[in-house]
Amino acid sequence: MPLKNAHKFTVPHLQVLSEKGTLDKKLDPGLSETQLLRLYRAMTLAREADQRMLRLQRQGRMGTFSPSTGQEAAACGPMLALSERDWLVPAFRELGAMLMRGVPLHRILLFWGGWEEGNVFPGVERTLPIAVIVASQIPHAAGVAYSLKYRGEKDAAVVCYFGDGATSEGDFHEGMNFAAVWKAPVVFICQNNHWAISTPQEKQTGSKTFAQKAIAYGIPGIQVDGNDPLAMYKATRDALDRANNGEGPTMIEALTYRVSMHTTADDPSKYRDTAEVEVWKSRDPLIRLRNLLNERGLWGEEKEAALLAEIKGEIDAEVRIYEHGIEARSDIAFDHVFASPGVELEEQRAAFLESRGGGSTNA
Amino acid sequence: MPWSKVTPETHEPDFLEREDPAARRITHAEAIRESFDQALGIDTAVYLMGQGVNDPGGMFGTCRGLLETHGKERVFDTPLAENGLMGIAVGSAIAGMRPIYLHNRPDFLLLALDQLANHAAKWSFMTAGAVKVPLVIWSCIGRGWGSAAQHSQALQGTFMHFPGLKLIMPSTGYDAKGLMLAAIKDKNPVLILEHRFNFKLIGPVPEKQYTIPIGKGVVRRSGKDLSIVTISQMVHEAYAAAACLAEEGIDAELVDLRSLRPLDEEIILESVARTGRLIVADHGWKTGGITAEISALVAEKGFASLRAPIERVTAPDMPTPAGYTLENAFYAGKEEIIEAARRLVRQGQAIEIPDLPTLEETVAP
Repeated sequence: MPLKNAHKFTVPHLQVLSEKGTLDKKLDPGLSETQLLRLYRAMTLAREADQRMLRLQRQGRMGTFSPSTGQEAAACGPMLALSERDWLVPAFRELGAMLMRGVPLHRILLFWGGWEEGNVFPGVERTLPIAVIVASQIPHAAGVAYSLKYRGEKDAAVVCYFGDGATSEGDFHEGMNFAAVWKAPVVFICQNNHWAISTPQEKQTGSKTFAQKAIAYGIPGIQVDGNDPLAMYKATRDALDRANNGEGPTMIEALTYRVSMHTTADDPSKYRDTAEVEVWKSRDPLIRLRNLLNERGLWGEEKEAALLAEIKGEIDAEVRIYEHGIEARSDIAFDHVFASPGVELEEQRAAFLESRGGGSTNA
Repeated sequence: MPWSKVTPETHEPDFLEREDPAARRITHAEAIRESFDQALGIDTAVYLMGQGVNDPGGMFGTCRGLLETHGKERVFDTPLAENGLMGIAVGSAIAGMRPIYLHNRPDFLLLALDQLANHAAKWSFMTAGAVKVPLVIWSCIGRGWGSAAQHSQALQGTFMHFPGLKLIMPSTGYDAKGLMLAAIKDKNPVLILEHRFNFKLIGPVPEKQYTIPIGKGVVRRSGKDLSIVTISQMVHEAYAAAACLAEEGIDAELVDLRSLRPLDEEIILESVARTGRLIVADHGWKTGGITAEISALVAEKGFASLRAPIERVTAPDMPTPAGYTLENAFYAGKEEIIEAARRLVRQGQAIEIPDLPTLEETVAP
């Protein structure tokens, strides 16, 4: 018997706005001026906040965190496609996405400052906290998506972020597989920033792309220029449409780059070539979008300066809220070990208060 | 709220009620099945998943017929993926569902430990109470020829360790049903460890919907000479041992903890205060196990009550042997409890062990 072809597959690559500013008119998702300006503002806020967080950390005013500079298009582009009905399940490098969902910056600062209250987002629905354990959020997203499907919420889906390193974890496989079997409404966005701490792509996977991993689960995988905010929006919009139509999950590989360090405890100059970093810096997603806005007459130096000043004021205000801290009792950590208060820990709480003093504290 | 109709059961059942002809008597497995059926009926947020929940065996019979009654969206078999499914359960619980994740062996819960210990048990704490994970994980300790090192582990000592995770181990059908409904109603992740030997036991189980408070033990037998504190299937071993000891003139009190987290410290300490002697019995291992924790509690808070050193009856610190003879030798039970009681009360006196009565009848094979 001659061998037959059991299955053929392709992995498309999507770019809408090239590094040189060329716009593919056929693929252009046709964002309005308002949407484009909102996107640019969100990306700029994410960049400025990230830079401020780095300074706060270096000054000893905030704990370790995972910078996201250079990945703003991958974080913010998709959020433009989300409605309030959709869920965001982040990893830990989606600052711009969380801010776009309405999470106040001071909450994120509180989180990285070591306060559990940083995971409380008053008034922000359907947004899970930062997931630090790599890939652990992928099954959570599948579980949320199952519940949407079960309840017949056809206008809602889940967008779940993770990094290239997460694709090697069992949770990635198990979550993707379940979501595919159930045709659960979820969009998996893999931010391939080329480095999992010091592990490069070629040591992470034998696959040519991360997107092709989706094929094994029976779901479409698409590779997207992750520094192209229009492409990231379009890919997410298309995937959400599929999800809303009951066609199940999609995986998007966002090709981007971790321009900065893994976390502030990391020094990437020890393990990667600075020339590589420079190449990716030249592909800055903010510049790409700004050029488009300039070309359309929506932007200019004055507007840029005004935006930066406005954002600086906003960040300053959020930093002040953060540094004012949380009014807290020294035994606050005993409060929520169980979801219902008073379970089992009261004696230990009393002993703690007796030996380590009562009163209140803050950051 | 659908759960407001499920009322707490304040009446503590006495084993003497076994003789009540009016009481409905069903197996432990049927009691669990009924709790699932009622929970699925009470609340559309409840769903049940696990490997084999829809197969003809129906997870020891506990899931039989549920798929037909409640549909494939709510009662479903899963891909083989312990940690991922635990995460899916967590995600759906956060999104407002009340998952029951059935896991037929605790041995494989170890594969799900990241999602269980690092996520389910910690989200309330890590979100300062903003996110709750109302999740029930149900698992059954295996025992029997060939179950061996990887299919029979009694890992309650491990699972008792994590703050934020409640842990239940019922011994009767009455409790299995009431505690299951309490667990599903609870806002916390709750792990229920069942024991395979209990499933065919028959006892009184009311048809109504009721809950048993999580974290409350029950005195199964009052006595003045010593306290046997135990849980799950070991309760039946201890009950038989106590009946035997009574014939020797040793009056043992039997405390069935029912929950390990929260632990009913009061019932343990009060019992020891009455008797002055303590045997802690468990199918799990000795080192770092639940008997260690309970002994430490009594040493810490009940030392003045003790008239003799604490006795622990446990499995030896080794994996379960696979072979029939070695396996039987591995498990401690009523004989070991009797021996421990004799050491405590009448040191050195040898007494013959008569035929042992059983606590609940077993179903004819």
